[in-house]
Amino acid sequence: MEAHSATASAPRAGIRLPWVGAGLGRGTVVLYLSVIVLLPLAALTSQAFEDGFSAFWTQVTSPQAVRSLELTVVASLIVVAINAVFGTIIAWLLVRDEFPGKSAVNAVIDLPFALPTIVASLILIELYGAHSPIGINIALSQTAVVVALLFVTLPFVVRAVQPLLIEMDREMEEAAASLGASGFTIFRRIIFPNLLPGLAAGVALAFARALGEYGSVLLFAGGLPDTQVSSVFIRSQIESGNNVGASAVSVVLLSAALVMLAAITLVQRWGSRHERSGGGGLTVMPMSGVDFSAEKDDDEDR
Amino acid sequence: MRTASSARSRWSLRTLGLGYLALLLLAPLLLIFFRTFEHGLAPPIEAITSPDGLHALKLSLLMVAFAVPLNTIFGIGCALLLVRHKWKGNSVIDAIINLPFAISPIVIGLSLFLLYGAKGWFGPTLSEAGIEILFSVPGMVLASIFVSLPFVVRETVPVLQEIGTEQEQAARTLGARPFTVFRRITLPNIRRGLAYGVTLTTARVLGEFGAVAIVSGAIAGKTQTVTLFIANSIDNLDPQSAYAGAVALCLAALFVLTVLTLTDRGRQDWHRKAPA
Repeated sequence: MEAHSATASAPRAGIRLPWVGAGLGRGTVVLYLSVIVLLPLAALTSQAFEDGFSAFWTQVTSPQAVRSLELTVVASLIVVAINAVFGTIIAWLLVRDEFPGKSAVNAVIDLPFALPTIVASLILIELYGAHSPIGINIALSQTAVVVALLFVTLPFVVRAVQPLLIEMDREMEEAAASLGASGFTIFRRIIFPNLLPGLAAGVALAFARALGEYGSVLLFAGGLPDTQVSSVFIRSQIESGNNVGASAVSVVLLSAALVMLAAITLVQRWGSRHERSGGGGLTVMPMSGVDFSAEKDDDEDR
Repeated sequence: MRTASSARSRWSLRTLGLGYLALLLLAPLLLIFFRTFEHGLAPPIEAITSPDGLHALKLSLLMVAFAVPLNTIFGIGCALLLVRHKWKGNSVIDAIINLPFAISPIVIGLSLFLLYGAKGWFGPTLSEAGIEILFSVPGMVLASIFVSLPFVVRETVPVLQEIGTEQEQAARTLGARPFTVFRRITLPNIRRGLAYGVTLTTARVLGEFGAVAIVSGAIAGKTQTVTLFIANSIDNLDPQSAYAGAVALCLAALFVLTVLTLTDRGRQDWHRKAPA
C-alpha cells in the first residue's frame, strides 16, 4: 500500500507525511490549490476573454480603466519610493540605535499587517479627513490614495532590511571610518550595497501589495473619477454589471501580480547568493521559503 | 567634530523615523480609540451588541473557525511535502501558494463571483442541486481560505528546513510509530513557526474585506462580517457603530501583535540556541 511504502522509508528520512503516502498528499495539495486558487482565476481569465481579445482590449483601454491603472501605478511608485527611504531609516533605528520604547516601536511596525484595511481607512479618515482635529483634510483626493498605501505597505521594507542590518559586519564600517571616510560615504559605499537585496525584495513586495490594495483606499480616497484606483474601478464595474470590463482590468492586475512575484523570487535568489550566514527569523512574510537550488546541506534525502 | 555631527545625524534620523511612525500609525490609532469612547463606554457597547453587530461578530468568528483549521492542516501537510519530498512540481506548488499575497482581494472576490455566479462554470449546476455559494456563508469561507492560504506554509517551511530529521530518525530507530514521531517530535519542534503562521492566518481572515464584500453581497444581519459591518455603518451615516466595530478589530489586531512579538522572541531564542 501507498501509506506503507512511505513509512518503510521513514527511518532514513524523518517524518514524510506518515499517515498518507506522498502521492496521496501531493494529490490533496494540488486538488486544494486547484479548487481554492486556480479554478477561480481560470474562470476570471475566461470571462475576460469571453468576447474575444479585441473586446478585452477595448475594456482595458477605455478612458476610465486607463485612468485608474495610471493612478494605481503612479501612486504605488511614489509610495514605494517614500517607504524605501523611511523604511530603511526605521530599520536602522531599530537595529543600530537605542532609545526608550524601542521594543514597542518594533512591535508596532507590524500593525498594518494585523489591522484590517477597512479599519486603516477609517482611522486615516478620522485624522486626515473632513473632521480632522488638526485641520488637515486630504480625504477624497489623490494624496489620500498615497497616504493609505503608505500605511498598508509600511512594514515591508522595514522587515526586509532589518535582518540584513542585524547580520551586517561592523568591521567594514569601522575600517572605512578609520581610513577617514565620512558617515555618508560609509553609507553609500558599504551599508547601502549590503542592504540592497533586502531593500529590493521589500520594495517589490510593497509594490505588489500597493497595486491591488482596496479596503484602505476605499473610504479614505473614495471612488471619484480622479481617485479611483483599479481595484475600486473593478468593484464599480461589477456593480454596474460589466463583468467583462471588471475581469479585463482584473487580468491586468493579475498579470502584474505574477510579474512582481517572479521579480521577488529572482531578487531573493540573488539576495541569498550574497548572504554570508543563515537568515534570521524576523521576516514577517518570507515569500519563498524553499530553496530549490542544488546546494543544500540540510537535505537528508541524498 | 565627528562625534558632534554623528549625534546630530542620529537625532535627525530619530525625529524623521519616529515622527513618520507617529503621524502614519500611532496618531490615527489613538484618535479612533478617543472617538469611540468620547461619550463613555455605553454607545460603543450598545452598537456592537445590536443584533446586526452581534451577528457580524459571530460570522467573523465562523470564518476563522472554518478557514484557520483548514489552512493549518493544509499548511503543515504542504510544508512537509515541499521540504521532505523532492518532486519536480514543488517549485510550481510553491509559486501558487504565494499568489494570494500578490493578488488584489477584489480580483479574488471577482474570480469566485464568476466561478459560482448564475452564469459561472459551477453556479448553475450547484444551484440546481440546491447549493448556494454566493451571497451566503460557503462563498465567504472560500474567499477567506483563499486570502489566508500562504501564511502557515510560509512560516512552517523554514522551521522544518532548520530542524532537520535527526531526532525523528532516532525516534524511528527506537521503534516509534510515524504518527507518534510527528506528534511527539515534529509538532513540538515546529510549534513556534506554526503559532506564528496560525496567528497571521487568523488576523488575515478577521480583517478580510474586499474579497468577502463581493462574494457575500454584504446583507445586514445575514452575510455581514465585522469589516463589512464597519463599511455599511459608514454608508448609513452611523459612525458610532463603525467606531465600535473598528475598535473591536483594533483590539484583536493588538492581541495578534502581542502574540507575534512573544512568539518571535521565543523563536529568536530558539535560533540562538540551535547552532550550539
